[in-house]
Amino acid sequence: MNRISTDILIVGGGAAGLSAAVEASAKAKVTNVDDNPNLGGQIWRAELGKVKSSEAKHLIEQIDVGKVQIINNAQVFGSNGVDKLLAETTDGNLELRFEKLIIATGARERFLPFPGWTLPNVLGGGGLQALVKGGLNIDGKRVVVAGTGPLLLAVADYLNAKGAEVLLIAEQTSAAKLRRFARGLWRQPAKMIEAAALRARLVGIPYKTDCWVTSADVSSSSRVLRSVSVFRNGITRTVECDYLACGFHLVPNIELASLLGARIENGFVAVDEFQHTSLENVYCAGEPTGIAGVESSLIEGKIAGLAGSGQPDSARSHFAARDKVRRFGEALNKAFGLRSELKTLAEADTIVCRCEDVKYKQLSEYGNSREAKLQARCGMGSCQGRVCGPATEFIFGWKPGSVRPPIFPVKLKNL
Amino acid sequence: MKTFDVAIMGAGIVGAACAAALTREGLSVVVIDANGIASGTTAAGMGHIVVMDDTKAQFALTKYSQDLWKQLAQEMPKDCEYDNCGTIWVAANDEEMTEVRRKHELYSANSIPSEILGENGLRDAEPNLREGLAGGLLVPGDTVVYQLTATKFLIEKAVAKGAELRLADRVVTITDDGVMLKNGESISASIVVNAAGANAAELMPQLNIKKRKGHLVITERYEGFVSHQLVELGYLRSAHGNDADSVAFNVQPRSTGQMLLGSSRQFDAETGEVDREILGRMTARAFAFMPRLPELSAVRVWTGFRSATPDNLPFIGKILGFENVYAAAGHEGLGITTSLGTAELITDALLGRKSQISPEPYLPSRTFIEH
Repeated sequence: MNRISTDILIVGGGAAGLSAAVEASAKAKVTNVDDNPNLGGQIWRAELGKVKSSEAKHLIEQIDVGKVQIINNAQVFGSNGVDKLLAETTDGNLELRFEKLIIATGARERFLPFPGWTLPNVLGGGGLQALVKGGLNIDGKRVVVAGTGPLLLAVADYLNAKGAEVLLIAEQTSAAKLRRFARGLWRQPAKMIEAAALRARLVGIPYKTDCWVTSADVSSSSRVLRSVSVFRNGITRTVECDYLACGFHLVPNIELASLLGARIENGFVAVDEFQHTSLENVYCAGEPTGIAGVESSLIEGKIAGLAGSGQPDSARSHFAARDKVRRFGEALNKAFGLRSELKTLAEADTIVCRCEDVKYKQLSEYGNSREAKLQARCGMGSCQGRVCGPATEFIFGWKPGSVRPPIFPVKLKNL
Repeated sequence: MKTFDVAIMGAGIVGAACAAALTREGLSVVVIDANGIASGTTAAGMGHIVVMDDTKAQFALTKYSQDLWKQLAQEMPKDCEYDNCGTIWVAANDEEMTEVRRKHELYSANSIPSEILGENGLRDAEPNLREGLAGGLLVPGDTVVYQLTATKFLIEKAVAKGAELRLADRVVTITDDGVMLKNGESISASIVVNAAGANAAELMPQLNIKKRKGHLVITERYEGFVSHQLVELGYLRSAHGNDADSVAFNVQPRSTGQMLLGSSRQFDAETGEVDREILGRMTARAFAFMPRLPELSAVRVWTGFRSATPDNLPFIGKILGFENVYAAAGHEGLGITTSLGTAELITDALLGRKSQISPEPYLPSRTFIEH
């Protein structure tokens, strides 16, 4: 086993983690560990090995490589005592010893089950974007982007720029909610401009609110996606397409914090104003503390980096800015809250847990996620309930089950 | 207030089996558990239905129980994943081959089919075992079951015969006329069966049951990597020695293609967290038998508590000093196997019938011969 000892260990190389690394490295020895081959996290995912976003590049340039050790391709899967994490790398098992830990593990898309959601070419919005960044040719392909949240616009914009024919953006939230949110954006000039710019470029792509996909369908002769059924204002119509990119906003990656025993409140890691969790030596920044977007992640990362490296006064100077972007996050989550009709999209034979092929009809008899896991294996597979957990929480109101090590599958020899 | 014939404390596999057997005989039953069906030791275990011969009494109970499982399997639904994979007891060296031959003779004398495998036979049966192992004993009649759905199946059988379930209620006191729940409610029952597994001693300290912690690992799907439940012969030393900590190689193929990997035993470990030191010893032990295992992926590690008695035999029968309380607990690592035999012994005792095997060795009032 390889061993590293550091003052401040940051898990996650996205906006919050990088921002924390920049601030903390002024006063301490910092190690940043991330499971991707490149820095940037999900939001600034590298394209064919290169980080493209100017915002990301600017941040990465600020990192003093003499003071921050960057470890990519390392998947943190467990802990050893209160001051060591374990990661799996291409070079075997790595033990990371720390004085202070900053958890910046970001968020993932929420998926909801509907007939056909497990078909090939039905992907998450971020998932399809990542495939294209990895080299998938989308040029000339017909794509429906559906679900909810600002990510839909970003995904459609990206795919459009890559030559895809984006036929429709189906946004489940209501026009009224979206208007209230848009009005609020006036208080957030940067965001407003960003949103407007996106919309402008998307001219020509229908952006429909109160609209959602009720099924993805195959042709009778093959298992290839042929069309999706789209519901709006009481009418279901068929849209023929090659890809469906469908995600329902974001859920936080709280598994590591939860494994370590940090207090979780309402599904998020509880932190004080210094981004300090309930654990003495652990901080948390970005989406795990509340879904609020990249600006919030950047500021929370700064605060965590400063507070964790003994610079509380500097940290305090960012409180006001953070509180402001958090209000944006609250408005965002309100605007893109899920409508109850989405709870009934799954049919009896629709798979809910993809790892274990558990169907909707197998789940309705259970009262909580533990029963469903033990009896029907829902959430028992290799994703550890990351996909079906948020879905069953929404559909049945089940609280996610306890987190068990390893939080990601790991080779037995590295366990 | 309704008076039940029997109140069963515990909806694990032992309580469920007792409920199914007692209702089959027409008794009225209520099953009480604070945490739902199969939520304790049952959930944490492996589901291996195996004949073991550490002692005559253990042999009698496991063999009797296995026969009962074979009957029950006729009516078990598919989701119980009853699988006739058989066990191979793996012998590392010639000394252990002597044990293989002894076992073979004992099994043959008791009409249990088994087959001695030499070095090549073992490798043919399980190509992922390392070269150079001496051989093993294949016991084709041993099986595997998904004990969680099997427990639910037993509970459903009981419910179909009128059993009532109280699956969110904790028993706080056993009284002369039944049990008292945490919410203050009394449940009236002529007989109380304590099938509370590793927690059985909480309300009855006179049951000498200690918690014995174990770790299990489940892998991703590797269809065909292992075909039989593989257990090293040294398992007996681990299971039935009284060392504080021990590990043994024990791997089970699941119908999903996944493998369960055990086993560890620890006394005096009170919390459920994963102990990396013993987990490392446990996996190292497995790697020593299966050199390709280290490269396979583990999905999850968990722990559970066996209920261990001083002589490794369960407590089945009336508890000394009580007229109305029976124990069905202390099954250590064999609760899935012996649940069905236990249920029959309890049922016979309550109905005053003669049992098919002698109940004497399992009576809670027995004198212990530790070994």
